[in-house]
Amino acid sequence: MNEFLHQLASGLALGGVYAIMALALVMIYQATQLVNFAQGEMAMFSTYFAWKLMDMGWPYWRAFAATVLISFAGGVVIERLVVRPFAKAPVLASVIVFIGLALIFNALAGWLYGYSVTSFDTPFSGRPWFGNVYMSAHESGAVAVSLCVLALVYAFFRFTPLGLAMRAAAQNPVSSRLVGIRVGWMLAIGWGLAAAIGAIAGMMAAPIVYLDPNMMAGILLYSFAGAVLGGIDSPFGAALGGFAVGVLENLVGAYAVGAEVKLSVALAIIVGVLVWRPSGLFGRRLVARV
Amino acid sequence: MSGSSGSQRFAATLAVLACALAFPFLASGYHLYQGAQVLILAIALLGLNLLTGFNGQISLGHGAFFAIGGYGAAILTAKFGAPYWLAIPIASLVCFGAGFLFGFPALRFGGLYLALATFALAVATPQILAYKGFDAYTGGSQGVTLVKPHAPFGLPLNADQWLYLVCLFCAAFLYWAVRNLASGRIGRALIAIRDQPIAAEAMGVDAALYKTTCFGVSALYAGVAGGLSAVAVGFVSPESFELPLSFAFLVGIVVGGLASLGGVIFGALFIEFVPNLADQLTVNFGESAKALPGAIYGVLLILVMFLMPTGAAGAARAAAGAVARRLRSRRGAKIQDGGSAASAAAKYGGKGEAT
Amino acid sequence: MSAPMLEVRGLKAYYGSAQALFGLDFAVEKGGVTALLGANGAGKTTTLRALSGLIRREGDIRLQGRPIGALSAEDIARLGVAHVPDGRGTFTDLTVEENLRLGAYVRSDRSGVRRDFDRVFGYFPQLAERRPQQAGTLSGGEQQMLAISRALLMRPNLLMLDEPSFGLAPLVVAEIFRILGAINRDEGVSMLIVEQNASLALDLADSALLIETGRVALSGPSKAIRVDDAVRRAYLGY
Repeated sequence: MNEFLHQLASGLALGGVYAIMALALVMIYQATQLVNFAQGEMAMFSTYFAWKLMDMGWPYWRAFAATVLISFAGGVVIERLVVRPFAKAPVLASVIVFIGLALIFNALAGWLYGYSVTSFDTPFSGRPWFGNVYMSAHESGAVAVSLCVLALVYAFFRFTPLGLAMRAAAQNPVSSRLVGIRVGWMLAIGWGLAAAIGAIAGMMAAPIVYLDPNMMAGILLYSFAGAVLGGIDSPFGAALGGFAVGVLENLVGAYAVGAEVKLSVALAIIVGVLVWRPSGLFGRRLVARV
Repeated sequence: MSGSSGSQRFAATLAVLACALAFPFLASGYHLYQGAQVLILAIALLGLNLLTGFNGQISLGHGAFFAIGGYGAAILTAKFGAPYWLAIPIASLVCFGAGFLFGFPALRFGGLYLALATFALAVATPQILAYKGFDAYTGGSQGVTLVKPHAPFGLPLNADQWLYLVCLFCAAFLYWAVRNLASGRIGRALIAIRDQPIAAEAMGVDAALYKTTCFGVSALYAGVAGGLSAVAVGFVSPESFELPLSFAFLVGIVVGGLASLGGVIFGALFIEFVPNLADQLTVNFGESAKALPGAIYGVLLILVMFLMPTGAAGAARAAAGAVARRLRSRRGAKIQDGGSAASAAAKYGGKGEAT
Repeated sequence: MSAPMLEVRGLKAYYGSAQALFGLDFAVEKGGVTALLGANGAGKTTTLRALSGLIRREGDIRLQGRPIGALSAEDIARLGVAHVPDGRGTFTDLTVEENLRLGAYVRSDRSGVRRDFDRVFGYFPQLAERRPQQAGTLSGGEQQMLAISRALLMRPNLLMLDEPSFGLAPLVVAEIFRILGAINRDEGVSMLIVEQNASLALDLADSALLIETGRVALSGPSKAIRVDDAVRRAYLGY
């Protein structure tokens, strides 16, 4: 029973990472009908950036804040320069461009920081919170940070004028332009937000999975699975899906197939959802396209 | 297509074939091995191009079918004693089945879901291949070794030469097969599904069946390539089939030209030799040059999409077309369609185009 | 006579490479109402889309003397042109409240916005009851009222409406046109109204123009157009 709760609890920690990554993916999907395949590599690159800052002596939270801000700016720039030119192109072209971006970020990280696995500091060290025997301090902290991110994003979209404008631009770009919303910049800000969220996800994941240029491919896959499970057009369904995938991954890995094939759990979830309930648990009904 | 350009194409094809046939007697050892690899990659790219270029479906996971072909051939030869010329076709039929079954749910909801599902396949496959539970067949993380086949009937060819010729024969046959497929009714149906799916369906094309079958066929091609590769290398292990392989295939068809069957040879050459180049540069520039192939691939993917969506073959054709036009205008009324070397190159680059 | 609110000369419009308008000339007076009439496919909706900057256009378009032919749609909206598109253009997944707030998105005068909220609820009390409701669940008439209210919250100089009567019951339509008249009289908002329902539009408008296949066939004071044979022929075929 102890073991089970432990697996459950630590599944929540990585689940939080998947949840916020899934949120970022769905945000971009809702606005552009595209899935950002480069999300993982961008997050990894941001995490390396934070590591570099701390390596130069910056204290954790200052490096964290700087990384989040710079990732936001980077996301805006990438949308304006690389993504926007393909806005009217077929989906295939954009997917290829995203893969290209992923390859470039991966290569940049390898070139700038090397390919050896590094450890990454956590601000939540020492004794577990509240005498919790099931989660380490970092795992508790990661879950807390994920929940904070989810709450802040919800509040932003629900209660601020800019958030409202972004929702409007995603749902109905034409009507949005007719009330004076600069739809192009809404998309750019969306990408910036997604990049910032990705950076946070990477920084929460790195102490658990260790920092190396290939750390995010698996995490991205789990986040995809979470988004598909929750429903790719439902942001908070996707976040819930992320948590569920985190827990499932751990439990199936511990009790069914063994930890070395955990990635196939994600594959099974994606294929399974597509077969049985394609719109995901919370998404809208998907119509089978010709 | 006028008669003169048709015969130009035929001549160009014959020339290429002649060079390819002469190659094993001029080169040896490592270069011969690389030649075989280029042919193997071209086969995989043919399949992927059929899927992505002609049918507009995205697959980020063809490395997995390459792996199934490779492991299938390896297991059938090493554990069951089957001869390679039986093992490879059987393994590729398994790939067809796997592709068809996988494609069925994944293709129903549009390109993005297929991209996600195939991405998942690519990322999960190495773990599945290394799984201890399948150890008896797959050798776990150690993999399986194969024996290189010798030339049959006592032909005066060494193993490398024989293998190269087998690859050449397969590549030529599969190229001919996909050319016929693409330029016939089926090819037109696939293109129709890509460009105007609703209209195609309204005209009686069973889109779901065509798309799933197309996916299966592309998986079959990847399987053949994987099987040949396993035999050529002599060894399969999970590390040979990781995510970068699927990305390299994508790069290959983009660089060669989406929907350009002739262009796959450019793509195959590219993805065979760029990592080699990068390896050589690590000697000079150290570890960090390991990042070079990835960076080149990434930049090229974006640039090609930006500047030449029709890839290298398309660019060659366009350039040759421009030269040919200028030549024609200089000669006035006399139309010399295949006069210059440049337009012959255009014919070569365009020989794969079905439309 | 003050300068017109909107002056259009030689308006051409394109959908991609296909040309849809072939050189329109017309004007909307300040505080006036102009009706844009024509059969289906004549180019009425195209005209509004061209004016609000949604499609490619050429020609001399001036808003209170200022050329707007090269501006983006967002900028034109920010200059005070409110376009209520065909189909209403409501944000169906957002609430009534959120739809209205979006109308006021570019404004910074909070008290003015609050007053305008009160004013539109005065015109359309049904909306006040439905503030937290999802806009997509409103009836057709209510959605039209919502669309007009959102446009009013922009404090527009020029209100452009595309077929406000479309799909609505006659009683509802009459109510809406009555309110449009009130808005024009009491607030001096200039209006350009595209309508299939010619008599309703001509009652409200003081000038009108009839478009046929992308060209102006007839224009003038609405009283004159009303009795004109060309209009009857265009709609009734005799």
